[in-house]
Amino acid sequence: MVNDRSRDIGEFVPAPDDDMIICRCEEITKGEIRSAVHDGMYTLTDIRRFLRTGMGLCQGQTCAKLVKGIVSRELGVSPADLEPATARAPMRPIEMKVMANDLNEEVAKHE
Amino acid sequence: MSNYADVVIIGAGIIGCSAAYNLAKKGCSVIVLEANDNIGNGGSTRNGGGVRQSGRDPRELPLIMYGIKNIWPTLSEELGVNVEYYQEGNLRLGKTDAHIKTLQGLTNSAVSCGLDVRMIGQDEAKAINPFLSNEVLGASWCPTDGHANPLLTTLAYYRKARQLGVRFFTGEKVIKINKIKGKARQVVTENNVYEGDKIIVAAGFASRSILNSVGIDVPMVPVLLETLVTEAVEPMFYQMLGTAAADFYGHQSTHGSFVFGVNSGMEPYAKPGSPVSSSSAASIACRGIMSYFPALADVKIVRTWAGWMDSCADHVPVISTVEEVPGLVVACGFSGHGFGISPTVGLLLSELAMDTKTTLDLKALRYERFCR
Repeated sequence: MVNDRSRDIGEFVPAPDDDMIICRCEEITKGEIRSAVHDGMYTLTDIRRFLRTGMGLCQGQTCAKLVKGIVSRELGVSPADLEPATARAPMRPIEMKVMANDLNEEVAKHE
Repeated sequence: MSNYADVVIIGAGIIGCSAAYNLAKKGCSVIVLEANDNIGNGGSTRNGGGVRQSGRDPRELPLIMYGIKNIWPTLSEELGVNVEYYQEGNLRLGKTDAHIKTLQGLTNSAVSCGLDVRMIGQDEAKAINPFLSNEVLGASWCPTDGHANPLLTTLAYYRKARQLGVRFFTGEKVIKINKIKGKARQVVTENNVYEGDKIIVAAGFASRSILNSVGIDVPMVPVLLETLVTEAVEPMFYQMLGTAAADFYGHQSTHGSFVFGVNSGMEPYAKPGSPVSSSSAASIACRGIMSYFPALADVKIVRTWAGWMDSCADHVPVISTVEEVPGLVVACGFSGHGFGISPTVGLLLSELAMDTKTTLDLKALRYERFCR
């Protein structure tokens, strides 16, 4: 779908709950998310890259839906029209020393 | 709204966004067309963030040296977004005598190009970075190298260009360029037709088929690039890191996380289509990283991702006008090291599109170098 990034979505209007933290891992507020939309970040992926929402330890498992709601309201579109940002491996944070284990060596140990 | 602009740019990566910003600053009207739904969805937001001169091809070196001297130091102020630029040097590490020999060769060629880079031994390397393991025998050291945040830099260029009136259309896939009266003028997308006096093609690997529509070919292939990021930890060091063995590269970011790129050796054979991390790359990277930086063994990996590089046959980009196709400007084939030079390239592309004298000589990066 063609997305005109200069279309009129109105002015940014400050709101009393702009200081509310939405992404708690990265401590990003509702006001920062709304303001980023007015800076041209029209997709959840743009927002994530610009603000780091959903890029912390929980990888957006807590805030993804909240961010989606805020961005869709700011753009005046349905949340269903916004593609979720890509989920990435690993599903849980893993220490380098564990990630570094070599499967073939592990198998050999048990043979 | 009119579908005409002085310049139509194909590709909203960091090259297209930087060119758009430079053109708008000089008063040109600009339209940017991006096939993807997101800005900078190719290599621009998927790379390791290096802003380095050391290890560069001599043909590309003047571009990065110009950027580090004239653009990067004040880019955050210029764009109104902190792009997290650090100029804390680049350590390229060696663990064997063969590595040191490789580094010496790279260093010699960079010195002959006028770059301040030198070889250092284990003690000096450890004085610069106390977290290095004893396996590291030496390094090349370029104190003026550094890194920045590629996501923020790309989006900062986009944001500023948009503020200056550049019109961006995402989800607008370009099919072909049409010549009108012998000049490249029309850009045909899946949905619309746009027109510009000048057309800049900066669409990564996709540039190849777009350029083919006007009979121009740049020999390049898509090669996978894989990257990982750790949790945030306390500040440890801010040098850009690389190795002679090319087993990893990366840095610690403002956020506190480490961003590391990795070469698994399987990149040319990656699954085509949307870029996907291979199952082995992160493990290979961790083994490599821990052998140079044992202190990172307990740091957690939180995310891995991959992207496509537009790898050119001779590993440097094409930044060029095209004699056979007046009106066309080509900027592709950045081969995985376009991020650091992107501020300079945006400036040069604005000059090429406006028919003004370029700040740097671009002869070595012209398209016809493959026609021998």
